[in-house]
Amino acid sequence: MSEYRIQGATGEWEVVIGLEVHAQVTSQAKLFSGAATAFGAEPNTQVSLVDAAMPGMLPVPNRECIRQAVRTGMAIDAQINKWSRFDRKNYFYADLPQGYQISQLYHPLVGEGYLDIAPDDKDPENTKRIGVERIHVEQDAGKLMHDQHPTMSYVDLNRSGVALMEIVSKPDMRSPAEAGAYVRKLRSILRYVGSCDGNMEEGSMRADVNVSVRKPGDEFGTRTETKNVNSVRFVMQVIEYEANRQVDVIENGGTVDQETRLFDPDTGTTRTMRSKEDAHDYRYFPDPDLLPLELDDAFIAECRDSLPELPDAKRHRYENGLGLTAYNANQLTADVDVYQRFEAILAATAEKVGKAEKDVATQVANWVLSVAPGVKNALDDADEGNDTTAANAAIIALSAAGTVSGGQAKEIYEIVLKTGREPDEIAETEGLKQTSDTGAIEAVVDEVLANNADKVEEYRGGKDKLFGFFVGQTMKAMKGKGNPAIVNEILKAKLG
Amino acid sequence: MTEITELTVAAIRKGVAGGDFTAVEVAEAFNANVAAASQLNAFIVATPEKAVEAAQAVDAKRAKGEDLGKMGGVPIGMKDLFATNGVQTTAASHMLEGFVPQYESTVSQKLWDAGAGMLGKLNLDQFAMGSSNETSYFGNVISPWRRKDGGNADLAPGGSSGGSSSAVSARLCPAATGTDTGGSIRQPAAFTGISGIKPTYGRCSRWGVVAFASSLDQAGPMARDVTDCAIMLEAMAGFDPKDSTSLNLPVPEWEAGLNPDMKGKKVGIPREYRMDGMDPEILKSWDDGIAWLKDAGAEVVDISLPHTKYALPAYYIIAPAEASSNLARYDGVRYGLRDLPEGAGLQDMYAATRADGFGPEVKRRIMIGTYVLSAGFYDAYYNQAQKVRALIARDFEKAWAQCDVILAPTCPSAAFALGDKTSDPLSMYLNDVFAVPASLAGLPAMSVPAGLNSEGLPLGLQIIGKAFDEQGVLNAGLAIEQRAGFTAKPEAWWK
Repeated sequence: MSEYRIQGATGEWEVVIGLEVHAQVTSQAKLFSGAATAFGAEPNTQVSLVDAAMPGMLPVPNRECIRQAVRTGMAIDAQINKWSRFDRKNYFYADLPQGYQISQLYHPLVGEGYLDIAPDDKDPENTKRIGVERIHVEQDAGKLMHDQHPTMSYVDLNRSGVALMEIVSKPDMRSPAEAGAYVRKLRSILRYVGSCDGNMEEGSMRADVNVSVRKPGDEFGTRTETKNVNSVRFVMQVIEYEANRQVDVIENGGTVDQETRLFDPDTGTTRTMRSKEDAHDYRYFPDPDLLPLELDDAFIAECRDSLPELPDAKRHRYENGLGLTAYNANQLTADVDVYQRFEAILAATAEKVGKAEKDVATQVANWVLSVAPGVKNALDDADEGNDTTAANAAIIALSAAGTVSGGQAKEIYEIVLKTGREPDEIAETEGLKQTSDTGAIEAVVDEVLANNADKVEEYRGGKDKLFGFFVGQTMKAMKGKGNPAIVNEILKAKLG
Repeated sequence: MTEITELTVAAIRKGVAGGDFTAVEVAEAFNANVAAASQLNAFIVATPEKAVEAAQAVDAKRAKGEDLGKMGGVPIGMKDLFATNGVQTTAASHMLEGFVPQYESTVSQKLWDAGAGMLGKLNLDQFAMGSSNETSYFGNVISPWRRKDGGNADLAPGGSSGGSSSAVSARLCPAATGTDTGGSIRQPAAFTGISGIKPTYGRCSRWGVVAFASSLDQAGPMARDVTDCAIMLEAMAGFDPKDSTSLNLPVPEWEAGLNPDMKGKKVGIPREYRMDGMDPEILKSWDDGIAWLKDAGAEVVDISLPHTKYALPAYYIIAPAEASSNLARYDGVRYGLRDLPEGAGLQDMYAATRADGFGPEVKRRIMIGTYVLSAGFYDAYYNQAQKVRALIARDFEKAWAQCDVILAPTCPSAAFALGDKTSDPLSMYLNDVFAVPASLAGLPAMSVPAGLNSEGLPLGLQIIGKAFDEQGVLNAGLAIEQRAGFTAKPEAWWK
């Protein structure tokens, strides 16, 4: 893979990128209170006395949130710290009821780990290892609403106290593509583990992007941090914009300020949010309301035992065990929804046709990755509820048995999506079956050859291209229902 | 028959259970005393109807032959740091004036469940910060005690549980809750001739108690004698899953376990508590205590707690540091006071609200706490103080190899007059010098009355015990109580 470089007036510049990803932990309850965490609920309906920081209220750690963070750490092969501690990060803001965020500065729950990323989607084996510095858990803040009143801002505390994992990478990335791949890979792992839904639009995953530039081989330059970037595309835009901006600043004789910046998705640019001088003094100190978090061996063992097969392992199994192409294996394993659909349909198909999974895997993979989405995307009245595992398996089985052609399979799928009818019944009633009866096909072939004796002569005289003509004529005579393989076979035999 | 309001918790409970009087009669007797003592300013809010209501429930239970509970028929005062459902809870601050919680603190709920009733919410130093109850937004609490010099100077009831100490010693309630962060139960108990125990950190749930310094705050009972403290502490203590620092241990039967026989017990006398220029009357009462415990069969040993002199400075770093963060929630956004000047933004609202809502002592501690946690100062102050705290805990650990309990004065002096120390915060802080080490180490400690000084004012003796050994502390306290024969009480000049 070619190296990403910014071409400046003084030569080439290298970009150094680190990401802090905030991932909302999937859990019924908040990190330190029993309040629910549903997204999109009416404002201030998911708020306990603790979340509103009423006088005398105390935090109690939610075991499930800790468990999810530990499992996430294990999924990136990270060190799990059996002893960790919560610290208070103190600052005033209206969306922060306690006046401090409970976080982990000094002793995080999860230590160093790594992610193997493939910046080029088409070349999944060409990977780069990106270090993860740490994962700690912390509380999310509430949300200010500025559009409810002409002169006042309102506060919604539904998100206040929701558990976040902050996943801090090392400054190991060198291009927007690498950063994009990192976020995608991380998102995939989080979704596999089930510790975060990875929904960037709803804000359950967002990134702080640290960017600096340097002449290749030099020391790290001064970095800027762009906060709360909420899509892979924006992360890449931020890096590109920031890197170029910093190069311009330096080449024009200036220096890059260590500062916090904001990204404007409308313009694709970043701007200063606060400079280092204005940086908060967060006055971190251990939260005296909470004892240190100590994990016992049984808890850690349960976390480990409950981990699913992870993307890389699954990809390798698909390639080596199921005989899929590297490309297909990569496509199928990139996202939880996709692999789950694939595995369900694969199992059902294998059972239906009475073969081993590896013998139908390629067919199922093609169906799941290209055929089915092609049909579905062309429809605007598909009912997702009709898109069952059983229906998909039944269609693939019909196709595998030669009962229906590829085209017929698509037609049947279309009807399934619209109506929910059974594929076998559709094939029967709608006449969507191909003929594999060799006797019937032979009769038609004989007729076609008899009617085109001149062409037969030409073919036999060496005009091979005419073979397609005979296939076409035969299929036409059979109204497209002849099994193409058998038609070919018989034609070849008869034409000698 | 003795007047009901002269009775102890144990006697009231017995009288109600035995039908000598009804719980309602008890509640009404104390309600009358509360109503007649407004001069003391011990209560921020009186809740006579709550006391009667609880008493009626106890009387009804008795009529049905049901168990009346550990505190059945005993009306008490509730320090206004405990959240009480439907009753204003202020922490004696303008910041929370008018704040009515929709929840009940664990400790107060346990007391109601045990058959106690609430006479009212007791005044205190604002956010429990103070040693004389002069920092309350709702005015000073006045001690019922007066010097016998005829000067009639208003004396401090101690703090921060000054409403509690004043009310119990003036017979406005037979017992009251207190909280102790650096002596706030023990010092006011000593100033007013009553008993009070701060249990092991974690014994009583902090849930629903307005926080001052989380790693130090502990609730405890204040009552007229050791037995009453044992009874009430049993009702207050217990594991609470809502407080992560709560001890997950069964509550011992302290009342049943009371035993003043000190044979086989060793009492440690820490030489570092004998300081230069100490009041001879305090030293004398300490010697009395030593003699009483010897008389009870104890062996007295000299011990050393070498880091004692660092305890007070460490305390005045750690407690304000935690307070500066704990009190950040009082911002005018969600409840309590909101000062929103015309055209003000968020920062202006914070500034105006907090400037107006907090008293000077609270502000002082928030500023100290903010300073010691600041970048560049954290290691020099907060971290250093935490190390000192660990050393102090280790001092005690070593001492326990030599003794079972430690005896020391509760305070360096008897009650001072209101206004005497308000201009000099450091001399005020010095009041806590003997109380703070046990707080930093999280150990149970109590104050019991030892006698009167030459001015006719009560002096207290402090017993510090091993973690979880409230029983040892209470027993030593009882041994002193039986020998001190403290029967003095203030004259009811306020009636």
